[in-house]
Amino acid sequence: MTSPQPPALERAARPVSRAGARRAGWLIGGAALLLLAVLLSLAVGSRAISPLTVVDTLLHGGHSDDAVVVRTLRMPRTVVGLAVGAALGLAGTVMQGVTRNPLADPGILGVSQGAAMAVVVAISVFGVSSLEQYVWFAFAGAVLAVVIVYAIAGRGRSGVSPVKLALAGAAFSALMASVTSAVLTTNAATLDQFRFWQVGALGGRSLEMAAQMLPFLAAGALLVFGVARGMDALALGEDTAHGLGQRVALIRVLGALGATLLTAVAVSAAGPVAFAGLAAPHLARLLVGAGHRWVLCLSALLGSSLVLVADVMGRVIFPPEEVPAGAMTALIGVPALILLVRSRRVVAG
Amino acid sequence: MTVRTDMTVRTDVVRTESTSTAHLGAEGLTLGYAEHTVVTDLDLQLPPGRVTVIVGPNACGKSTLLRALGRLLKPARGLVLLDGEDLHHRPTRWVAQQIGVLAQTPTAPEGMTVFDLVARGRQPHQRWWRQWSAEDEARVTEALHQTGITDLADRHVDELSGGQRQRAWIAMTIAQDTRTLLLDEPTTYLDIAHQIEVLDLLRRLNHDLGRTIVAVLHDLNQAARYADHLIMMRDGRIVAHGDPADVVTDRRVHDVFGLEAIVVPDPVTATPLIVPAVPRYARARGNGELVPAEPADRIG
Repeated sequence: MTSPQPPALERAARPVSRAGARRAGWLIGGAALLLLAVLLSLAVGSRAISPLTVVDTLLHGGHSDDAVVVRTLRMPRTVVGLAVGAALGLAGTVMQGVTRNPLADPGILGVSQGAAMAVVVAISVFGVSSLEQYVWFAFAGAVLAVVIVYAIAGRGRSGVSPVKLALAGAAFSALMASVTSAVLTTNAATLDQFRFWQVGALGGRSLEMAAQMLPFLAAGALLVFGVARGMDALALGEDTAHGLGQRVALIRVLGALGATLLTAVAVSAAGPVAFAGLAAPHLARLLVGAGHRWVLCLSALLGSSLVLVADVMGRVIFPPEEVPAGAMTALIGVPALILLVRSRRVVAG
Repeated sequence: MTVRTDMTVRTDVVRTESTSTAHLGAEGLTLGYAEHTVVTDLDLQLPPGRVTVIVGPNACGKSTLLRALGRLLKPARGLVLLDGEDLHHRPTRWVAQQIGVLAQTPTAPEGMTVFDLVARGRQPHQRWWRQWSAEDEARVTEALHQTGITDLADRHVDELSGGQRQRAWIAMTIAQDTRTLLLDEPTTYLDIAHQIEVLDLLRRLNHDLGRTIVAVLHDLNQAARYADHLIMMRDGRIVAHGDPADVVTDRRVHDVFGLEAIVVPDPVTATPLIVPAVPRYARARGNGELVPAEPADRIG
């Protein structure tokens, strides 16, 4: 061949549309899964209610015992669970994106425990009792956790590495957990209230609480979707992101702010729920690729589904007792993650 | 394979876009990380519309200089100038529309397709209200075509060979559609055939699209072969710059790299070819035993 030109353009189909269709398909699948999880969450429990009755209640109301259980007990915990799962899915995605660290999630980085500690202190010292007040303390605790963990991990010559970040987060997490139990065991009144705000439990929530979560959830979501394109560039490396015209420091700050806010609102509503923030983004990325707008959407859907399914399983596993959703997510999430890690190598950006 | 000898013919090439080429340079540039100064008081003019290659021993500051030229590193003192304007006072996005940068051994996230990688090159031209335009589509298609990886568009980047992967990254910077392209050791970790493939690609981009190319290379012979303009650095300073034939001499190779060598014309391109002097331990012909070599008589 004497022509220096590359092969002609005949087969240049539009891969973008095909990939787009596949991704949209996964999003629809994720939405269907979530719908199923919502139905299960409304139908399953110590009083089994048929899905048809659930749908009928949702559409037409009614005052039967079943309808009252669905409306006043299961509906609120389902909506709160959905919001918590979505917040954790988004927060985990952003934490992994801005730190370029596949091990990042609100639990591992110590952000959840930082927020939980702050809420417990708020209950015991300041006597606060509503979610709207919890959120601010949780946010302060979460920000403190981010700053401290990042500062610890950033010490030394090599800077912040994924492993150092995870270690610093785990250490800080343990410290916060011990502070939390210290406060709880020495303060009976707090323990009593904290039991209501159990670790990762969704029972006994009100629709009012879900409504209070909404503005924080919306603000956090706005922030993280705002940095989606920046995270796309950042995934290629800091230098490349700069070279593509992104302001890396700004993206990191806004992304961290969004993730912290989302973690805070999730912890305020349900306590620290493990693993949803780690597993959902990994699974989402596996399905829709590396584009962060897609990953964020699917991760929110999967996070919600995971938390709801975990909550449902927690209701049926040791009746009449309930296992908190936060414990069940780990039970489901850990094997899923081990499978994931073993089947594909996890790339540290 | 036919040997392409046209790469020696450079000065008489007609360039259609010569009027729009950018003048990138530096004045009194001092660069460093924290307390450690890497480049000292450096003046530089990069010939527009040409291929410039920066060479020098390890830690001479060549990669640091390239980072500053791409606005990835803020100068401690001095200026990087693009068409006479201080680059570090221009908006990041604007700079990204003028200068494309390919970092040394970049990594793509797992599971990313070649098309998605190349499409990211369009980011400087996109806004949140205009995510993906026909222009973006056309530029990405063209970049895939230019680098000969159209057929690989749907493949995952981490499944590609080293040479294909490097072409995908170069395609991303082509899609960025900048007049100037900076590349930090684009041939590192590639085997010899893929090194030549990448270097040929860069020359062709310069020739066909009129891009100003600036690359840091390790291999002096490849640098001399592919550069219009060669910059030789040592200890954060430019030792010599100009036509490779003038820059590369026995004496300079010795002074800059500490290597005893003779420079002969490349049998194919007639560009300077560095041949290291007699090795200290040469393999004697015939029995394959290592013997101390005769001292070279014509070095110096």
